[in-house]
Amino acid sequence: MTSNRWTMPVLRNMPAILFVLVFVLFSVLDPRFATFTNFSNIVSTSAFVGLVAVGMTIVLLTGGIDLSVGATMYITGAVVGMLLQDGVPMLAAIAAGVVAGTAWGCVNAFLIARVGLVPFVATLVTLTMGRGIGLLLTESRQFILPQEMRYAATNYFGIPLPVIVFAIVVAAAVVFLRYTGMGRQIYAMGNDLEAARKAGLNTRRLTASVYIISGFCAALAGVILISQQGSISAGLGQGVEFDAIAAAVLGGTSLFGGVGSVFPGTVIGVLLVQMISTGMVYLQIDLYLQDMVAALVIFFAVLIDAQRMRILTRLERRNIRVEKGPAASDTQPAAASP
Amino acid sequence: MTDTILRFEDVQKAFFGVTVLEGITFDVERGSVVGLVGENGAGKSTLMNILGGVVPLDAGQMLLDGAVHAPRDPKDADRAGIAFIHQELNLFTNLTIAENFFISDFPRRGGLPFLDRGQIRTRAQQFLAMVDLDVSPDVRVERLTPGERQLVEVAKALSVDARILIFDEPTTSLTARETERLFEIIDRLHQAGKTIIYISHILRDVMRLADSIAVLRDGALVVHGPRAEFTIHSMIAAMVGRDIEQLYPDRTSAPGAEVALEVRQLSKSGICHLIDMTLHKGEVLGIFGLMGSGRSELAQIIFGLDDFDEGEILVDGQPVKELSPTRNIRAGMAFVTENRREEGLMMQATVSDNLALAALPAFSTRFVRRVRSSTLATAVRETVDVLSIKVNDAFRSEAKGLSGGNQQKVVLGKWLMTKPSILIIDEPTRGVDVGAKFEIYEIIDRIAAGGTAVLFISSELEELLGLCDRILVMGQGEVLGSFDRAQFDQEVILRAAFREHAA
Repeated sequence: MTSNRWTMPVLRNMPAILFVLVFVLFSVLDPRFATFTNFSNIVSTSAFVGLVAVGMTIVLLTGGIDLSVGATMYITGAVVGMLLQDGVPMLAAIAAGVVAGTAWGCVNAFLIARVGLVPFVATLVTLTMGRGIGLLLTESRQFILPQEMRYAATNYFGIPLPVIVFAIVVAAAVVFLRYTGMGRQIYAMGNDLEAARKAGLNTRRLTASVYIISGFCAALAGVILISQQGSISAGLGQGVEFDAIAAAVLGGTSLFGGVGSVFPGTVIGVLLVQMISTGMVYLQIDLYLQDMVAALVIFFAVLIDAQRMRILTRLERRNIRVEKGPAASDTQPAAASP
Repeated sequence: MTDTILRFEDVQKAFFGVTVLEGITFDVERGSVVGLVGENGAGKSTLMNILGGVVPLDAGQMLLDGAVHAPRDPKDADRAGIAFIHQELNLFTNLTIAENFFISDFPRRGGLPFLDRGQIRTRAQQFLAMVDLDVSPDVRVERLTPGERQLVEVAKALSVDARILIFDEPTTSLTARETERLFEIIDRLHQAGKTIIYISHILRDVMRLADSIAVLRDGALVVHGPRAEFTIHSMIAAMVGRDIEQLYPDRTSAPGAEVALEVRQLSKSGICHLIDMTLHKGEVLGIFGLMGSGRSELAQIIFGLDDFDEGEILVDGQPVKELSPTRNIRAGMAFVTENRREEGLMMQATVSDNLALAALPAFSTRFVRRVRSSTLATAVRETVDVLSIKVNDAFRSEAKGLSGGNQQKVVLGKWLMTKPSILIIDEPTRGVDVGAKFEIYEIIDRIAAGGTAVLFISSELEELLGLCDRILVMGQGEVLGSFDRAQFDQEVILRAAFREHAA
């Protein structure tokens, strides 16, 4: 048996260790990988998934799930694109897009907190319906955005704008979850819904707010993504829910609620997911294989994570007896095996 | 003239047309400790849930200090100064102790929505001091023992400065020492002038604490009077409506000679040390130990839920290489955990589905494995009858609607249907009333009479003395003594458990 003194910290910090390992691996395989430019690129391209993942983490903390984030991004993009074409000023168009995306989050909140649908089903419905609404609005046309909308390439103090937005949202989420009553109540609710009700928490309101927050985050992500791509197509935000959930879970957030963090957890998870897909581009892995590889890596990471949680609970359990006398060495890191 | 703080006036309640409370009327005197007793399903919890704002009443009213008390939700009752310490702890294990105290109403920094962590910590420390719990308020609850969690729950109730404190079976998961500590705290609250309603099945505790005792039966108040008017015997008689002569059934069978399970020199670092144990077919072997003696952990190891470092486990004379629950179940082993709410029952499923679950393979056709539902239904109906499980319709009613005693009967009935070769039961009568206890003992006897080897773990020595063929005493993960039925002596066994024997 390995020594507890080493196992515990290693298991607790698995996401960070995994992150370093993957980084070192790609750096060894391709020297171009370990450059500042590349790293800055990874952070910058992962910003939009990161924004979605922050909202997703908050939803997952309650034990829920939000599959509709991709559709929310598309609706946001469609609204911004159409308003811009009609000559509405850029900032107003963006604001309207974010409002539209957040409103779509409100639909989730209504279906789950008031109608009482299971989050999985409710957000599956809004995912499909949201894409439909997006297609209806745009008549499935592709919009090419004017140059002024390409602000994502702007740097402030040498930092790309998407990264700044991402950092601000992460900071806000951390403060919200750690330092406000509502944040702690979200953790409480995810731990034991029944007890939360008995403790007099307004669980409906809490449930509703996490889906609205998720909608808002996805809307921001939509605005960032269209300005990075410079265009709005029907595939906008497709499959983002997988990356966002994977990032959150890779970062240690439990799908059963109550456990997880935005920082460092989800942030590391997001960078890990992006690093893997960027790394594969560097290594020129067959485009058709990339999705499979990414899925496999995430699968194994989650598998390891599940094992990790089991081992951790076992290690953290209290001992009943204090081994004494000659048996005292039992509590020390065991050097000899039977 | 007495000073009444709380008055129940003709309180009535029905769930789905079934009357649970019919016209409860009684007064609670200010500053007194009222012991509330009754069988499971007698309506104690419902009455307290009404007082605590968990459910509304149908008719009648409650008067708190002369004013009508009609809480819409638990928070409302909180504000009225009523603190409810539930039997099932309502703590959030992923949060710290301090966060648990303030979860519904965090102190804030000025007018801002941010937590005042400094204030939270100092106030939490004060509450913990009130229950003599010497733990940092920043410790997460998942790291605490059940006893410590119970004290945290009490401290939480004290944090709202309640006028009336309701304790619903607070000692079920406490060690003897923790229980004594809780009683000291209750005494102190009593002296400080708090009014306390104490619900328990452990009648000597009620005798120890209460000034007056109220007995409920079938949703009606049978009697309410000062403690001096009661004996434990008269309380039981009032609860069940008849005199109970016998607390334990006679054993109808004797253990066989064949060994079903043998444990040799089993050790696991920090859990148990050189355990030797032999369990025969048809035998009821008791394991007695105080909370934290390693008895439940041993059961987990035997059932394969946990690994061990050294030693050997033999099932039917064959050494078992790798233990796993799946393999053990296939080999005919069954385990009734101490935690029936989370581990023993599917609460949302019907009583019949719960009963049938483990026996399904035996009721399936040979090849397609289709379940023969008509034969199964007959068997389920039989089991419900034999065990006299109180349920409206076993095929429709959900398990969660049953009282604690009946839930436990369903769990045991599930194994009665499969006829396992080895049955491990951990604290089957915890939180179960006198009448249902007797029935559970009968079921255990019946299972043993069918040749099943029963390993009966309990912290209630009396029931082991009443039912077992042999008792092993455990403490600190070691076997401290073994007693045959002829040698049963409460004092000697207790002394062994407390390690007061010659080493």
